[in-house]
Amino acid sequence: MAFFDYFRRAPKTATLAKDRLSIIVARERAGTRVGADYLPQLQQELLAVIARYEKIDLSHVTVTLDKANGCEVLELNIQLPDAPPAASPPSHPAVA
Amino acid sequence: MSNASKVVVVTSGKGGVGKTTTSANIATGIALQGKKVVAIDFDVGLRNLDLVMGCERRVVYDFVNVIRNEAKLNQALIRDKRVETLYVLPASQTRDKDALDAEGVGRVISELKEQGFDYIICDSPAGIEKGAQMAMYFADEAIVVTNPEVSSVRDSDRVLGLLSAKTSRAEVGGTPIRTHLLLTRYSPAMVKKGEMLSVGDVLELLGIPLLGVIPESKAVLQSSNKGTPAILDETTDVAQAYLDVVFRYLGEERQHRFIEEQKRGFFGRLFG
Repeated sequence: MAFFDYFRRAPKTATLAKDRLSIIVARERAGTRVGADYLPQLQQELLAVIARYEKIDLSHVTVTLDKANGCEVLELNIQLPDAPPAASPPSHPAVA
Repeated sequence: MSNASKVVVVTSGKGGVGKTTTSANIATGIALQGKKVVAIDFDVGLRNLDLVMGCERRVVYDFVNVIRNEAKLNQALIRDKRVETLYVLPASQTRDKDALDAEGVGRVISELKEQGFDYIICDSPAGIEKGAQMAMYFADEAIVVTNPEVSSVRDSDRVLGLLSAKTSRAEVGGTPIRTHLLLTRYSPAMVKKGEMLSVGDVLELLGIPLLGVIPESKAVLQSSNKGTPAILDETTDVAQAYLDVVFRYLGEERQHRFIEEQKRGFFGRLFG
């Protein structure tokens, strides 16, 4: 009811804007600031190396650069397939 | 002040936030203080600084003509009819942004320095493509124009990243470009109601020093209608705000105004 809505404190839109921006700005800074433009290439090259050992696709490798407590953290996340492919075993042993 | 020229880029990433208005007003304001100033329009293909400055009918040659050696710099520079030490270098309306290259832009800027310009104000196009990158490439200082609105703040942050990476100063590894925040279209009444990001919010998000706050005002549209920078009519709030910005930029201490809601009298509320 509009009458009661009037008394209920709705979240201020400016606060929402600030919260959303804090997150997006922090994330984009981590990815785009100086020194980090190599991330996509790093991801490609890592993939090429891993592909020599494991059948894997690009979506299973993520490289992110985060800032936490004033130090930068390069996070590398590689999801290996559940079971090694039976048809063509890798020529080298997989390193996990 | 030393006789070294200063190259200042007015940039934002997002379009429509007030880059051209700011370039026109700041260039005019600094020139009013007796400095020799040129405002360069980098928006090749969509030039508008000439309209806002009211010299559109006097454009013969443009920035791209000078870069291509089709005209001499002095043939393209338009001297303002109101402020003696103010000049405009218009953008080309018929080419595209690829007409700008670092070598050519650098040559024109050096020539302007040789001619004794104290301030070279580069009015950047929106976006982060070639035109915007060329506008910021030779800058010593940057005025980042931002609206208290999510997309504008995000784009400004992106531009700050470019200023620290894709400029001559960043490449040479010299002193980084000095950045200033100019918050435009600010509405203290909306901020008070919690409906607009406050100056404090934007400063916290972007982390660069505040050069000034320009209130949302009808005077901006009225001045562009006339082709007379708002700063020339001292009776408006926008003119006062830009004058403060100019004095602050030139090193004077000025209190920030237009951050709090203006008290309006009974008649003001009735007829405003």
